[in-house]
Amino acid sequence: MNSVIWQLVQIVLVVATAPLVTGYVRWVKARLQGRRGPAPWQPYRDLYRLLQKEAIVAHSASWIFRTAPYVTFASVWLAAAMVPTFTTNMFLAPAADLIALVALLAVGRFWTALAGMDVGTAFGGLGASREMLIASLAEPAMLMVSFSLSLVSGTTAPAQIVAFVLSGNVGIEVSLGLAMAALVMVAIAENGRIPIDNPATHLELTMVHEAMVLEYSGRHLAMIEVAAMVRLTLFIALIGCLFAPWGMAQPGGGPVGIMVGMGAFVAKSFVLATALAWFETAIAKMRVFRYADFLGGALLLGLLATIFLYVSEAV
Amino acid sequence: MLIASALLVLLMLFAFAVVAGRRDWSHGIVYAGCFVASMALLSAGIEHLGHRDSAPSVVLPFGLPWLKAHFRIDNLSAFFMLVVNLSAAAASAFAVGYSEHLPERARVTPFYPLFLFGMNAVLVADDAFVFLVAWEFMSLASWLLVLSDHEKAENRKAGMVYLTMAAFGTFCLLPCFGLLAGPGGDYTFAAMRLKELGEVPGALVILLVVLGTGSKAGLVPLHAWLPLAHPAAPSHVSALMSGVMTKVALYGMVRVLFDLHGEVGWQWGAGIMVAGGITAVMGVLYAVMQDDMKRLLAYSTVENIGVVVIGLGLAIAFKADGERNLAALALVAALYHVLNHSIFKTLLFMGAGAVMSATGERSLGALGGLLKRMPWTGAAFLVGAAAISALPPLNGFVSEWLVLQALFKGPAMPHWAMKFGVPVVGAFLALAAALAATCFVRAYGIAFLGRPRSAAAARAVDVSFGMKGAMAVLAALCVFLGVVPVTVTNALSHVVEPLTGVSFAVSADLGWPWLSPVSSTRGSYSATVLVMVGLAMFGAAIVLVHRIGTRAIRAADAWDCGHAEDIPETQYTAQSFAQPLRRAFGATIFRARETVEMPEPGDDSPARHRVHMIDPVWTYLYEGIGKAVDALADLVNRLQYLTVRGYLLMMFGTLVLFLLVVAARQP
Amino acid sequence: MLQQFSYDLAHLIGATVLMAGFGMLYQRRIFAVLNTFAFQAFALAAAAAWQAHVQHAPHLYATAAIALVFKALLVPFALHWLVERLGIHRTVETALSIGWTMIVGVALVALSILLVLPVTAKAAALTRESLALAMSVVLLGMLMMITRRNAVTQVVGFMALENGLILAAVSAKGMPLVVEISIAFSVLVAMTLFGIFFFRIRERFDTLDLHYLETYRGDRS
Repeated sequence: MNSVIWQLVQIVLVVATAPLVTGYVRWVKARLQGRRGPAPWQPYRDLYRLLQKEAIVAHSASWIFRTAPYVTFASVWLAAAMVPTFTTNMFLAPAADLIALVALLAVGRFWTALAGMDVGTAFGGLGASREMLIASLAEPAMLMVSFSLSLVSGTTAPAQIVAFVLSGNVGIEVSLGLAMAALVMVAIAENGRIPIDNPATHLELTMVHEAMVLEYSGRHLAMIEVAAMVRLTLFIALIGCLFAPWGMAQPGGGPVGIMVGMGAFVAKSFVLATALAWFETAIAKMRVFRYADFLGGALLLGLLATIFLYVSEAV
Repeated sequence: MLIASALLVLLMLFAFAVVAGRRDWSHGIVYAGCFVASMALLSAGIEHLGHRDSAPSVVLPFGLPWLKAHFRIDNLSAFFMLVVNLSAAAASAFAVGYSEHLPERARVTPFYPLFLFGMNAVLVADDAFVFLVAWEFMSLASWLLVLSDHEKAENRKAGMVYLTMAAFGTFCLLPCFGLLAGPGGDYTFAAMRLKELGEVPGALVILLVVLGTGSKAGLVPLHAWLPLAHPAAPSHVSALMSGVMTKVALYGMVRVLFDLHGEVGWQWGAGIMVAGGITAVMGVLYAVMQDDMKRLLAYSTVENIGVVVIGLGLAIAFKADGERNLAALALVAALYHVLNHSIFKTLLFMGAGAVMSATGERSLGALGGLLKRMPWTGAAFLVGAAAISALPPLNGFVSEWLVLQALFKGPAMPHWAMKFGVPVVGAFLALAAALAATCFVRAYGIAFLGRPRSAAAARAVDVSFGMKGAMAVLAALCVFLGVVPVTVTNALSHVVEPLTGVSFAVSADLGWPWLSPVSSTRGSYSATVLVMVGLAMFGAAIVLVHRIGTRAIRAADAWDCGHAEDIPETQYTAQSFAQPLRRAFGATIFRARETVEMPEPGDDSPARHRVHMIDPVWTYLYEGIGKAVDALADLVNRLQYLTVRGYLLMMFGTLVLFLLVVAARQP
Repeated sequence: MLQQFSYDLAHLIGATVLMAGFGMLYQRRIFAVLNTFAFQAFALAAAAAWQAHVQHAPHLYATAAIALVFKALLVPFALHWLVERLGIHRTVETALSIGWTMIVGVALVALSILLVLPVTAKAAALTRESLALAMSVVLLGMLMMITRRNAVTQVVGFMALENGLILAAVSAKGMPLVVEISIAFSVLVAMTLFGIFFFRIRERFDTLDLHYLETYRGDRS
């Protein structure tokens, strides 16, 4: 019974806090760049404003264009509901493991890319093409991370991995470090952050995700933006859950455990979001044709993480 | 009994089509008959899957004088019979409408029932003789179908290459069964099962069967004929060749490696698994660069065969190591993918056929905007594209998930080769799945979305009811098998039980809608739950957005950063979509080079941007073999111009050599 | 518990050295390569210092100091200076594309694990793991020397190889200091030699790119 309640809390929580996380990252970036920047809760206002505006749909668009924002949002939201944030005692936890999580994110991407091509403009196709290039390397990298985690912990379910790490059977494994590095690289790519993509730009040569969703406006754009925000929160939660699960409530933890879990989640998100803002400020965007090197590197790191398990006696 | 009469009906349809081929009404009757026969065979397969025991062998008194023909159906052949006839029924229904537009249909209709007959007969064969005869029926009938449109030079080339590869396959299978044969040349499968193979013959059998069936299934580097031959045939035949005939080849592989051959070592499993990994990645890399829709689909078949073969190799290795549960898991995953791929590949080929009959085009560069003009075909193709891209909640993802779960357990094997090989193959598989999504976003986005790139595409109208119905049924199956996978996995556990020796439930301890192959804590997946929750979230999102915000919508011109133009040529093309991938992957593997030809100032000829690519398999393997054969032929050619004395010398030399051999072998 | 921790940390530092080796292969600009090299040397110094602490072997502190001063600071600065002074082309010129170099690199790591594990099956986990790491670093250094055309990157590859040797030396117990000093000196000697070599090449051919000695084939992007 509790697991249903916590699941509902989680479902609401990820959507409710996602704009705040994004707003916070923007705010920290602004501060680091010497600007005052809008308040961290500005994204809520933006979203509300977008919802009030009428949606403009091109003549050449089909029903794919109109459903894609909702499908994308729903799939990302569903994926985010599966990643334990403050407790592993969740009703839906067994419904999707890490592999299914990767695939759920792929569903959103598939639809967004199709929507980008739907109107029949040069920019949409450009964005879709680049997004799929990124995905075709980021997705296997993430699967390799799951592979090494499943070798360490014997499971691909995030909740079980948390339980395993918290049971104290893992030391500081090199493999885990490598896997984390790979996952961070994937997270950067999947969320379209610098150095892969710049979420703040509309400069045609540099944009990937923004080019794909260029035709969207009004409530459709709001959905796309929320989906991006939830995706960022998801990856922050995922990195926290897989590599730093400390403080997360376990089944049978009681209300105190939940409170501790909430606090730990807020602290982890705070640290990771700050780190992201700092990293994005410190680094420059890379050329499109270096993506393959960067993400291929992530894939190879994932592979190395698996191979290294044989050295340490974990397997 | 049902099976025998259905097979007879197929043969009679062949005769009827030959006699009545000139009459226009005869084609519909033939295809309708094929549909009925396929449905009968399908129901026979399903009915048989429910039973645990396998029927006794049926002996019919024809064939070679000293050898009667043996037929038998067990769970494995029943499963493949389901796979074959599910697609065959859909393709036959599709063909009733589709074949009306075919100019060369008089050359297609007679061989179609023959092709179906051949495939089904392979499955029920219980001795090597029947197996090989049926195999040849299947090969030759499909070869004739490939050649049906023989006016085009490329189709003739495809036929030539196909015939060569088919001959190569049989050439491998003949000695393979020869080695397997029981005492006194007993070619029944029952005798083969009892035979103890020595080390060298055992290895040869494995090698030959992998080469023989692999060349039919399209394992890299034996795949070269497949992307030439499959697109050359009419679409309903392409669908069966790609979706089903490759599966019949895999049936041969499974039959020999898991059933007839007693013990297959883990090294072979490792080798087959690696071959599968390479096939998967190479196949999809080819596919993602193709411009021709049917060729793209054919290459994607190569990829999916790779995925299945990874599962088979893994199952062999697990079985050799005594991990029978994991072997069963890997085999279930592979067989599930066989079923899934046959469904969505048939669907996609039908979609391509529908597009061809509506527009006359199969090049992506001439399509676009078809979803608005062909809504049914567009929707069905979308389901197929999403399923083949391994997206949940569709069926492609379930089998990929199972293969991955089996792979993740691979390092449990004690061999270093497996410990290192499995992660690499895992990376290959993951790469192939992700690239498949890219490939089908590209294919669907260019063909069905955007604005039409040619007048034919702009005029397209959706196809007839029967064709739409066939596609809709397959699309529904993609969803059903994805959302309720347990129905199939339970049936499959009966199929793999005799092959691996364990009874195995894929939904181990969580119960009905949950797939949890190893244990409930090992990782689980439930499409049923995901779909219900996902739909609720989808609905909630729409309701909330419309509550909070406005529902106003306005149709306008595209924005495109302010430079939207009305010319369809400004859209991204198939080639430009593939360019980043070509740079990232093609530069080394395909030696892709781009050159720009700029005309001199004042010259009004157009500037051209060209891409040069090579096919490494053709360039390095086949051309090498071709040259070697030429050189050998030159050498042999000289023998024709010897003097009489020279010939006598050769005969004498041979005689002496034989005598020497005999002398040396005396104890 | 403490044993486990010291083992894990040594392991982690060793892996950092290896990752820096991969980082060098990934870089496209010479200065980035030099910075990564400095980072690798720094990690190496940390590894040596940690081993000194764990093994209670004070002479390893000297090794750490040598690595820190010479390799992490002096050599990179010197090479920086050289590159600027000589106006060397600032991009790394590759004989094998970066992606493929990294794939080969991973294969080499797998190879060294495969080689080291059976040989040291009875040795302590700490030793065998460090040996596998060190051997990988050595092989990556060699790979760097083979696949990068520019002379500066080849020097860096050579020194990365040296780093691998030192990593092996510090993690095996009881290796005398003499060896390390000699290794350090050999690096310095190599440096000097290469420095002279640079000047000679520059005098002769007006470029440091060894590639100009062969026919021009064009850079691949």
